[in-house]
Amino acid sequence: MSRVLEVRDLRVSFPGPDHRRFYPVDGVTFSLERGKTMALVGESGSGKSLTSLALLQLVPSPGRVETGSVIRMGETDVLALRGEALRRIRGRRVGMIFQDPMTSLNPVFTVGDQIVEGILAHFKMPRAAARERALQLLQEVGIPDPSTRLKAYPHQLSGGMRQRVMIAIALSAEPEILVADEPTTALDVTVQAQILEVLDRLQESRGMAVLLITHDLGIVAGRADRVAVMYAGQIVEEAPTARLFANPSHPYTQGLFASVPRIKGPLRRLNPIGGSIPAPTAWPSGCRFRPRCPKAFDKSELEPPLLTVEPDHQMRCWLAEEPNKNRG
Amino acid sequence: MRPVLDALAAAWRHPQGRVGALILLIVAVAAIVGPWLLPDPLSQPDILAGSMPPGLGHPFGTDQLNRDILSRVVTGARISLGVALLAVALSMTLGAAVGLVSGYLGGVVDAALMRLVDGALAIPRLFILLLVLAVWERVPVLALILLIGATGWFATSRIVRAEVLRLREEAYVRAAEALGARRRRIIFRHLLPNVVGPLLVTATLAVGDVILLEAGLSFLGLGIQPPLPSWGGMILDSKEVLVSAPWAGIFPGLAIVITVLSANLFGDALRDAVDPRGA
Amino acid sequence: MARPFPPLVEVRDLVKHYHSAGLFGRAAPPVRAVDGVSFNVGRGETLALVGESGCGKSSAGRTILRLQEPTSGTMLFDGADVFALDRNPLRQLRRRMQIIFQDPYSSLNPRMTIGAAIAEGIEIHRLAPRAEIPRRVAALLEEVGLDPTYARRYPHEFSGGQRQRIGIARALAVEPAFIVCDEPVSALDVSVQAQVLNLLSDLQEHRGLSYLFIAHDLAVVRQIAHRIAVMYLGRIVEEGPTDQILANPRHPYTVALLSAVPEPDPTARRDRIVLAGDLPSPSNPPPGCPFHTRCFHPLKNDRCRTEVPPLRPVAGTVAACHYAEATPTLAEVGAS
Repeated sequence: MSRVLEVRDLRVSFPGPDHRRFYPVDGVTFSLERGKTMALVGESGSGKSLTSLALLQLVPSPGRVETGSVIRMGETDVLALRGEALRRIRGRRVGMIFQDPMTSLNPVFTVGDQIVEGILAHFKMPRAAARERALQLLQEVGIPDPSTRLKAYPHQLSGGMRQRVMIAIALSAEPEILVADEPTTALDVTVQAQILEVLDRLQESRGMAVLLITHDLGIVAGRADRVAVMYAGQIVEEAPTARLFANPSHPYTQGLFASVPRIKGPLRRLNPIGGSIPAPTAWPSGCRFRPRCPKAFDKSELEPPLLTVEPDHQMRCWLAEEPNKNRG
Repeated sequence: MRPVLDALAAAWRHPQGRVGALILLIVAVAAIVGPWLLPDPLSQPDILAGSMPPGLGHPFGTDQLNRDILSRVVTGARISLGVALLAVALSMTLGAAVGLVSGYLGGVVDAALMRLVDGALAIPRLFILLLVLAVWERVPVLALILLIGATGWFATSRIVRAEVLRLREEAYVRAAEALGARRRRIIFRHLLPNVVGPLLVTATLAVGDVILLEAGLSFLGLGIQPPLPSWGGMILDSKEVLVSAPWAGIFPGLAIVITVLSANLFGDALRDAVDPRGA
Repeated sequence: MARPFPPLVEVRDLVKHYHSAGLFGRAAPPVRAVDGVSFNVGRGETLALVGESGCGKSSAGRTILRLQEPTSGTMLFDGADVFALDRNPLRQLRRRMQIIFQDPYSSLNPRMTIGAAIAEGIEIHRLAPRAEIPRRVAALLEEVGLDPTYARRYPHEFSGGQRQRIGIARALAVEPAFIVCDEPVSALDVSVQAQVLNLLSDLQEHRGLSYLFIAHDLAVVRQIAHRIAVMYLGRIVEEGPTDQILANPRHPYTVALLSAVPEPDPTARRDRIVLAGDLPSPSNPPPGCPFHTRCFHPLKNDRCRTEVPPLRPVAGTVAACHYAEATPTLAEVGAS
């Protein structure tokens, strides 16, 4: 499998109170393989969305990607790109879908216009050809009666339709990587099922790599090949999906699993993680999960690196070296 | 009070806002304190002495009746600012009251009030004022304030109403209704504090407008009546000696420009402070 | 199941239509948000109203509290006819039926301290002398798991989960018997969601509260509801005890809804019914059964297009489907 994206030691900083910088993304490393889906799981404040924005240098100012971070797509060093070269990879090699399709689409242009603009930004072709391509894309994402929909405005479409249009726009430049930031959070469950099915189909037919950012473990279970769990700006656990679900090892991951209500299985009182998510301006010292961790011990005062739990399964927790303390 | 203070503090941080605020403060202080420190501008008209250029003893010079221009500008500040602030206060109160009631109660009340406002907005304010003032000789200052205030609330009521329509749908307003709050409580505790921001912006910009309006009316002889000094009146007086004693017109003119400009700067800064946070 | 007391809340044939203002007559057809809904909520019980956007569940919740005027129907609260009350008796009654909202960011007045927000109900209904109020507020904050010294702070200083707790404290301040929970956890992170759900459960136990729990997530609902009513296009299509609905749904929409809930288990079979088409517009609902345009029931026929199926008992629940007895299970549909 070829590696289409490599991210190493990614750090994003923002100016904070009293003139110091703080790091909502603090040393993130992962890679994407062609045709595979990687899920980045975390709650608000974990840094997952900023991570995805950093991939295309879309971090809003005054934030910036810190030196020492590495983002490579094949041969290309993304962080070294500027201007035209940067514009060319946006959309062309990496497509992005955002959470809220209503605010991501321009309300004063028709859907067709927006897709066509997307196409023409990356390919030289006559407008008529671009319209044809737009029509095909709408069909590919499963929009019924596409020729009529091309002339519609975003507000005339339902949430599910709009998200499909966003996917069509993201795909219009034939990217090798698709970044989907909570693509179905704002949608109903039945619509979510439709959208995920579209993404599945497209990924298979085009061999795209997908970076799926979500907080929903259910979606992850059904869709991702690998999972990375983020907390407080860092990846705290990473493994292939089946292995992570079979053996969640980091206490935060365990806590997440215990907090998720389920349709099947015995009905149990949820066991949420106590306390609240730390603010990025004040990461706790040592292990960042320590203040809320039911298994914290003396070594937790030292910030742990990623350690091996089992083959191809790492976590950022000293308990990897002391498995006896990590039962259940 | 807190929303007011928050907005003011934010505008102070804005560089242009700070400049505007400082100048306004200087003008206000001068207006309050100045007349005590300076010779009385109403007295000692000395027709024989004539006008004198700016120099020692008369930093702004004297006008054709040998009255010290600086004193008159400063006292005029008191009058002009006073009229503006009071008239705007009246307009804002009326506008807010109508906007709040209209926006929250809706229905027939809203329809009736807004038709009234629509009608009033169709008639030019200046026209009404000119009409009334032309007939009313030697209008007293209080009446002038009431006239200007009573003709200036229509647009404000629309702005407030629009804001109220938006706020009405906020969950916390519904929560208050669900708790059983009476309409009066909702208007005063939930709507009004959240409307203060845009209201303050409108008020600050309106002060500039009213200063210009009053100056214009006084220039036409219809506003502030002599011997009370007002900036517009001073410019009117200086018309005949504009060539020989330009300072008689320049200084009051400058006073108007600087004050209005500062009010606008501060008002703009306030708007920036209020708008993006306002949602 | 015999219940010793009459239900606390009885809603009959609730209808809420939204009319858009037209200058010359009704410009557009009304949005039929709630189109004839009936249910009961017993004392100390949670009824979940479940459905997707546009099904009318939030409208129903707000209308039964008369935060909006109903188009027609009745709502009996402890025997009192809520829709017929005059303004003052209604205000008295409001104490006993409260609401908590979905959006933690707009549910608190940004210009009021949270202590003032919580105290507001107490002030309105004069439930305690002025000197007593700070103590009550502190006790309420503690009850919802927040530090009592927070009373002087403003909403923007709190996270989403904390704001939801404050909203709950505000509702509890007037000592209600019934709370409409309008998607209270939908906007929260997973771990915070679990905390708030547990809080609501515990409060129900300690205070004997009844809830109308409005949500779209069946897994969440399972944690807190005794009974579930499924809504589609303004009507209830199925209703019954929670475990029955989840184990043996009789209405095709319920089957589809259940199948769409993503299960956090990578080894589970992923049979998912993907409904064809889009949700019809509530201002133009299909004739006959509202679900027929997307229904996959093998027995679907012309009758479904013309005759509105009534809610009728079927094997442990009530469902509005002509062929509810033969509704296929998920495995039988075997679709993907």
